[in-house]
Amino acid sequence: MTSAIDIARDVASGATSAEAQLEKSLETIAARNEELNVFLYLDQEGARAQARAVDAKVRAGEPVGPLAGVPIALKDNLCQRGVPTTCSSKILEGWRPPYSATVIERVLAAGAVAVGKTNLDEFAMGSSTETSAFGPTRNPLDPSRVPGGSSGGSAAAVAAKMTTISLGSDTGGSIRQPAALCGLVGMKPTYGLVSRYGLIAFSSSLDQIGPFAANVADAALLLEVIAGHDPMDSTSLPEPAPSLLAHVNDGVAGKRVGVVRELIEGADDEVVAAVNAAVDVLRDAGAEVVELSIPETRLGLSAYYLLAPAEASSNLARFDGVRYGLRVDAEDVTAMNEATRTMGFGAEVKRRIMLGTYALSAGYYDAYYGQALKVRTQMIHAFRDAYQKVDFLIGATTPSVAFKFGEKSDNPMAMYLSDVFTIPTNLAGEAAVSVPFGHGATGLPIGVQLLGPGRSEAMLFAGARVLEVAEGR
Amino acid sequence: MSAELTRDDVAKVARLARLTLSDAELDLFTEQLRGILDHAEDIAALNLEGVTATAHPFGLTNVVRADEVRESLSRDEVLAAAPDAREGRFAVPRILGEAP
Repeated sequence: MTSAIDIARDVASGATSAEAQLEKSLETIAARNEELNVFLYLDQEGARAQARAVDAKVRAGEPVGPLAGVPIALKDNLCQRGVPTTCSSKILEGWRPPYSATVIERVLAAGAVAVGKTNLDEFAMGSSTETSAFGPTRNPLDPSRVPGGSSGGSAAAVAAKMTTISLGSDTGGSIRQPAALCGLVGMKPTYGLVSRYGLIAFSSSLDQIGPFAANVADAALLLEVIAGHDPMDSTSLPEPAPSLLAHVNDGVAGKRVGVVRELIEGADDEVVAAVNAAVDVLRDAGAEVVELSIPETRLGLSAYYLLAPAEASSNLARFDGVRYGLRVDAEDVTAMNEATRTMGFGAEVKRRIMLGTYALSAGYYDAYYGQALKVRTQMIHAFRDAYQKVDFLIGATTPSVAFKFGEKSDNPMAMYLSDVFTIPTNLAGEAAVSVPFGHGATGLPIGVQLLGPGRSEAMLFAGARVLEVAEGR
Repeated sequence: MSAELTRDDVAKVARLARLTLSDAELDLFTEQLRGILDHAEDIAALNLEGVTATAHPFGLTNVVRADEVRESLSRDEVLAAAPDAREGRFAVPRILGEAP
């Protein structure tokens, strides 16, 4: 498939047009969306206007951005002005935001063409898209299997070649896990590198927007476009976007890589074999490999499933039938709030709101929420110690390749365990990328995860690129 | 500790969270939340005395913008997205009952 970089170059030179690229994208969507349920909303009219504007600039000899004419899909928890935004929840069905997320403004300013909004687990709570109120997305590589989640629609859009790139959000693995399951590159950037303005909040101290792409260079380019300080997000890092694309071929010679025992143990044998093979590739490319243990990461899952629901229970209090979306009428305002929330939220969202409310309630706050905040501190220190010894870390992204529908959806703990290797990075606020490396016995892709300290995205992309090159891509 | 989580606790939390649960949902959530809290016992049982809590990974402090008038969202546009709006305000069912 043509890369975003090639499309943007050819659109800028006039060798192709944004409109032609868009029509190709819409044709692929028309052919497969019914089967795969990737897009909740297609903004054909808006996208055609964006494409025509890019082509007009080219014809007028005006400069176009680095994503000129590149079709992009947007996770439906990103607000886009005038375009329905649902978080895959009935509680927001029909709502059209009065403003756009900063990341959407930035990709449009860079010339990208926003084709539509993609399916997710309801309010990004899930690892398979099975909790979406609008039905699950199917994995384009094997439609009997999940695409991963919560950004499963954004991953499937790129895997099915419906769009060249897409945006997702990652609170506990929601970009990296679906990237692994769909054979894509997906990055969870350093907390604060990308503005969260216009991202409907799930867990504000953990959420981060990031890129999906079919190759490392496209992911680096997309992240470069969306990163950088934004005064509209008070947690935004103060500096401008780092240079990423220019460094993807920097290699790993002289880098020290730590193989983390806890980020491999418990994974299927074929996943462990892929990580080991990736380690060999990095060593052959000049990296120095050491094995290490970060026992604190074992506590990540528990800490996450207290902290994220606690924050969610507070964030989702705003869905009360007053300002947006669904209202179920009732006698008085409290009954209306309750009837609206009961009707509007699905089971997983209710479960997490309940868990979070409980973890924050009097008598349990210290034992659960308070302890989890302290575990978070320990996690940060443990990673910091590891990065005294090595430049970056390697582990599995997920314990297995894409699983079947229904395999984990009746058992919340089994589903939560699919994020066991990705959660520690969110708790530490650091960066990690999943890159496809090898395949399982069923032919499905395996994702290898590279983890680094805050602001290490350029180094992680360079490491991922070494693995990509080794596979002949 | 989570073995203590009762059906009544779950019902109380549901009321706090403004959710109505059916009897079947109460049973299911009690069982599922117990399972999740059992898993969380590994951290509830840790001795973390002296460890500070982290709410933000890089300890950024609060940011306040300059106190300058600037454009904000259009009131009409925001209200147009609400389930009910009257006279430039969000409208809700009555909050106060009749005087006793």
